[in-house]
Amino acid sequence: MDVTLAKPQSAPLAAAEPARLPVLAFQNVSLAFAGPPVLEDISFSVARGETRVLLGPAGVGKSVLLKLANGLLRPDSGSIELFGHDIAFAREEYLFPLRTRTGMVFQEGALFDSLTVRDNVAYQLIQEEVPDDEIDARVREALRFVELEQTFSLYPSSLSGGMRRRVAIARALIHKPELLLYDSPTGGLDPVTSTTIIELIVKQRDVYRTPSLLVTHRLQDAFTLCTHRFDPATGRMARLPAGETDAGTTFLMLSEGRLIFDGPLQKLIKSQDPFVRDFLE
Amino acid sequence: MAIDRIERTAQQIVLTLQDYSLFAARAFLNLFRPPIYWSDFLLQSDIIGVGSLSIVVLSGMSTGGVLALQSAATLANFGATAITGQFVSLTMIRELGPVLTGVMVSGRNASSMASELGSMVVTEQIDAMRALGVDPIRKLVTPRIFASIAMLFFLTIVADAFGIVGGGLVTVFMNHQNGTQYLNQSWEHIRFPDIVQGLIKPLFFGYILSSIGCFYGLRTTGGTQGVGRSTIQAVVNASVLIIFVDFLLSHLVLTLFAGWM
Repeated sequence: MDVTLAKPQSAPLAAAEPARLPVLAFQNVSLAFAGPPVLEDISFSVARGETRVLLGPAGVGKSVLLKLANGLLRPDSGSIELFGHDIAFAREEYLFPLRTRTGMVFQEGALFDSLTVRDNVAYQLIQEEVPDDEIDARVREALRFVELEQTFSLYPSSLSGGMRRRVAIARALIHKPELLLYDSPTGGLDPVTSTTIIELIVKQRDVYRTPSLLVTHRLQDAFTLCTHRFDPATGRMARLPAGETDAGTTFLMLSEGRLIFDGPLQKLIKSQDPFVRDFLE
Repeated sequence: MAIDRIERTAQQIVLTLQDYSLFAARAFLNLFRPPIYWSDFLLQSDIIGVGSLSIVVLSGMSTGGVLALQSAATLANFGATAITGQFVSLTMIRELGPVLTGVMVSGRNASSMASELGSMVVTEQIDAMRALGVDPIRKLVTPRIFASIAMLFFLTIVADAFGIVGGGLVTVFMNHQNGTQYLNQSWEHIRFPDIVQGLIKPLFFGYILSSIGCFYGLRTTGGTQGVGRSTIQAVVNASVLIIFVDFLLSHLVLTLFAGWM
């Protein structure tokens, strides 16, 4: 199976960023809309090569946190560093070049419904005026990665919910991002389709080691991510030996706007926090 | 309680005005800063200009006809039916051409802009665009404003022309007057300030209808119901503002060209 994607575009700001810095760091971030705080004093980071799974029940502020991560929303206080640049209160114009270095998969895919799958996946490349031949080749590669090459000329309305998410993943991957943000990529999907999506995320993680922040309320998906690896020989996801977990995949848990857990799977399972226990059980 | 409500409403109005001013200024300044999305400008010009042509022709022609019909009866009382052409052409060029075109195009395009952008907001397509590093104001709003200004200018000329033709048809076939006299009267009394007035207005109206349509579209909240609400607000506010700005511009031009009129 061909899993190569095109080389990343040169990132103009990357040279100035020390490699040891986390790609994303939240420091005492708080945010409230009209009413009680949605997020309160949130601090965590995503290191290079790391996959962080943000767990929590629905409506706890997970998607809001994800939108803060690439500046789609602004916090009331605290600092958010993306690739070493403080974006918490940066001007929108300053954020656009930084955002091109991230890939975001929205909850419902958020595909442009008036554009074909080809134009959706190639959106960033079209804006950069990449030649059409190169665009076609790179889109086909990205679609091959999510096993949807046959949808090249279709419109999003003719795709199923799961296919739309996979196209959204292809769109997020085509620019070879330095950070991936997944907003409930399996939300509302049936178990089989959910497994297909998780398999793609595992494949992406193990093939490219792109740092990721994944939001989900489905514990099963989170555990699958941690206990499986991508097997290039079969082109499928395979379970790790009993007791082993992916060292680069760790967990965060949100409850009532506060971060109540930050650590690996073993620590999560052994946590005595009543909310964590409730959530796990 | 009532005072609180009035205060909240006043604050809301001031805040909306402030947001609109910043939004409209940013969208306008983008006209002069790259990247400029020319293909989107051409696409929008086709949708706004060519797409609105039929309604502008029909409404212009009907309005010119009605003007001729109504004015002929009144003018006959003074024995002045000969100046029907002058009356129709000046009214169309100075006022009705630009205002009618502005309101018609506003009904068609401000609503479509608000609903299209509103739908994109509620389905997170606008956020997706921002996440892909593309400025939605530059990509979606500026080409619409640019195209509306350019197309409204030409659509107004079309409305004026068909208004005069409509008036002529009514004058000849229903009022049984002399067609040549009507045409001569139509153009002989048109002065430079009339043309200026008639062609400056659509530039403002195009800017108003597109910026308001996009503004309410991008402010949409509350799902599909919110899209409907934004569409109504866009059309109502754009139409009212067009009529109000028409008054201001008419007053300004009449003052500036007082010696010419």
